[in-house]
Amino acid sequence: MRDLPWPARAYLVAVIGVAAALIVRGVVVSGAPVAPENLDILLVLALLFLVCESMPTLLNVEQFAVSVSFSASLAAVVLLGPEGAALVGLTAVVSVRPGLPWIKRLFNGAQFAICGFAAGWVYVALDGQVGVPQVNAFDDLIGPYVAATAVFVPLNIVLTLTVIALATGSRATEVPMRGMVQFLLSYLGYGTFGLLVAGLWATVASISAVLVLVPLFVARWAFGQYHAQQRSYDATIAALCQAVETKDYYTRGHCTRVSHASSMIAQEIGMGVERVRAIRYAGMLHDVGKLGVPTKVLQKDGPLTEEEFAAIQLHPMRGLEIVRGIGFLDEAYAGIMHHHERHDGTGYPMGLAGDEIPEFAKVIAVADAFDSMTSDRSYRGARPVPVAVEELRKCAGTHFDPVMVAAFIRALEREPWQSPPRVDPPPPEAAESPIKDHDDPTMPIEVVTGQ
Amino acid sequence: MITTARPRRRAERSVGTVLRRLDSGQLLLICAAGLVAVAGVGYTAAAGLDRPEIAVAFGALIAVGELARLTMPGNREVAPIGAAAALGYTLLLDLSQHPLRHPALQVVAVIAVGMIAGALPHLAVGRPPRLDAMARRLLIGALPAFVFRPLADPLYELTKPPTSTWWPALAAMATLIAITLLIDVLIAALLRAEQVRTAFRVAVRDEINMAFPLGAAVGSSGVLLALATHSMDLVALLVFAAPLLVTQVAFRKYAGIRATYLQTVRALSRVTEVGGYVEPGHSRRVSRLAVAIGRELGMAEPELLELEYAALMHDIGQLSLRDPIPGGATVLTEPEQARRIAELGAEVIRQTGVLDRVAEVVRRQCDPITEDPPLSSRIIKVANAYDDLVGPSTDRDRAGAALERVRQSPGGSYDPHAIEALGRVIDRGRV
Repeated sequence: MRDLPWPARAYLVAVIGVAAALIVRGVVVSGAPVAPENLDILLVLALLFLVCESMPTLLNVEQFAVSVSFSASLAAVVLLGPEGAALVGLTAVVSVRPGLPWIKRLFNGAQFAICGFAAGWVYVALDGQVGVPQVNAFDDLIGPYVAATAVFVPLNIVLTLTVIALATGSRATEVPMRGMVQFLLSYLGYGTFGLLVAGLWATVASISAVLVLVPLFVARWAFGQYHAQQRSYDATIAALCQAVETKDYYTRGHCTRVSHASSMIAQEIGMGVERVRAIRYAGMLHDVGKLGVPTKVLQKDGPLTEEEFAAIQLHPMRGLEIVRGIGFLDEAYAGIMHHHERHDGTGYPMGLAGDEIPEFAKVIAVADAFDSMTSDRSYRGARPVPVAVEELRKCAGTHFDPVMVAAFIRALEREPWQSPPRVDPPPPEAAESPIKDHDDPTMPIEVVTGQ
Repeated sequence: MITTARPRRRAERSVGTVLRRLDSGQLLLICAAGLVAVAGVGYTAAAGLDRPEIAVAFGALIAVGELARLTMPGNREVAPIGAAAALGYTLLLDLSQHPLRHPALQVVAVIAVGMIAGALPHLAVGRPPRLDAMARRLLIGALPAFVFRPLADPLYELTKPPTSTWWPALAAMATLIAITLLIDVLIAALLRAEQVRTAFRVAVRDEINMAFPLGAAVGSSGVLLALATHSMDLVALLVFAAPLLVTQVAFRKYAGIRATYLQTVRALSRVTEVGGYVEPGHSRRVSRLAVAIGRELGMAEPELLELEYAALMHDIGQLSLRDPIPGGATVLTEPEQARRIAELGAEVIRQTGVLDRVAEVVRRQCDPITEDPPLSSRIIKVANAYDDLVGPSTDRDRAGAALERVRQSPGGSYDPHAIEALGRVIDRGRV
């Protein structure tokens, strides 16, 4: 609490104060916030809320974590009214989340209580019947319930975002719009669960909560498995790509950096989440085909014969051959296959030009060249980032697509580039021959022709 | 991005080859399902639909579920939404307090028609249905109907005053779901044991692990659907399918990443071939052989997956060598060098931070039996040695000679159980 800026502290105190006032008022006005015969419902819903709140998240959208706990609050709106909903929300204070500081707990409880009360107030104002609904009164519930959800969710978001903005002194506005919409939709979708619990209460009481929750917990489990597999997958693909690079002392980490730079460009030009993910993998895998090119050709000092150049030109195709078995977007294949095409049509393997080059390939080409220039090579040291940027600018329109270069420069201004650490000169046994890098646009491949 | 890419060749397979690939158990299942479906549709056509609007609504939900079917790891096809809808229709007691008395055969007819309707769009884009999986879904949907429909009326009477209790109905539903799930697991395990030649006991355990989470979700959603119609109109069906929809999305993502993971490791294991370190197809053949041996030795699915990863990547350490070993055959290289390659490969895999057990298997793939390496390492050693001798050849004499040579090698270098299992796998001629 001490290290928070004063507006955040004032805000916290205000939110907690309002919540306390609401609950005290409930007690004063009606003697007890919840009628004694409804205590069992309160208990079940509070328990439900606690279980959901203590579970890790069901869905992750970038910075947000959604738990379905608020569906218990909304069920309480119907079954118990505003005061009951506020009490259910208040139980967030004691949720089982080790390491959560008490001030956050207090704030969570208070804001859930305020949201629950507001939603309940709207529900009652729209003639929603408080109490266990009649078996066939379900249809009359829907209208007020939807209104209550429509108040609860935005209020919850605004209260939480405000505290984040005040506490970090930042940039709540930078939350991506797309993520926000997806988040809001799933939030509203989860809102229906509260309706299910309330609607079935008359028939089977608390069993309804169990029936609604089982599929959700299974879903949560599956999402957890999915995220674990996803992380594991990312680590595996990175490790395997690095293994491919171990042969070349100087290009270590190239694939991960190209992957990172590609995703920077992709985000800058507004690609969707799935496409950004695909281009990350494409950037990671773009050079696996190099393994099919004999080391002595890759590292040859001096002009290449036409056969040797042909072998180098083949590496994007070799790469494609390897990754074709993976169920990627076709775009990722195209990105790997064409990452050495040039904007003016002088690249390889197909000599595509301008807009014939797939978008993924244009992105990877810029990222690839940039990383090559800013890394150490045996025949030169790493160039500083500004020099490399200048080089990219110079080659825009001939070698690279100017749009991608501009996007990358913008992205670099926002997120400074971490150049790879200096490579110490390799141990003697690895330094047999000078190593040339065909990705480096300032070292054009020389081919001996007419032999 | 990641999709569970269905192999295109499935589309090109003719009906004849589809039938030939089925074994006896699957054929039996399909015939049984066909008979039940015909009986159901025939009876319903003769007797007429009881409450057609409800039948249509549930049939539509089943069709949607069938349309959204997904393939879980281990090539298991499931359709959770369809299964829950079928269960819900089976368990219906009343619609807004009007008792429902549709017979079991009508339930079967609705399931059958719904499933066929849902499979048609798949067929239209060239994905013929897996008949055995569909048959199993139909039978598992029909089974509870025959038990529960006769009970529906007495159970409904109990929920009305004077007794007004739902507990007997809930208990009956829960018991029925548990029994059905158990039967489903047993059928699946029987089929799987025959299909991939694993021990029945192991197959049952694998199927339980697979079926439990999804089965719990489907079961509770089915009950939810049935109860919802007590107090609400049919429109509520859509609302009540929502929890299951979330589950479906989660499982689809999970299945997708699992499939991509395997595809990626399989694909990247080929870098050693493209780099000229090993014979083309070596990693893939060794992994198939190793998995077959592992099954033969009674390994469960999670272990088999690790075994497959380890077998695919067993040569990845060679990437750290400056130049390929001529011919790439690790069995013929110096033991010291083979050991170093194994260490280097394990180091690469350990870099992932998540595949530590796989790394350990790869690291110890050359260890003699006296050092007690893990079973997976022993299996890979045998499979690798065999493939180095035989290669892509399908010649039976050559296979026999290679097997003999592995058998004859000095005691202590290979695990005798693994060699025996290898012999059985090769005898069968189908890896």
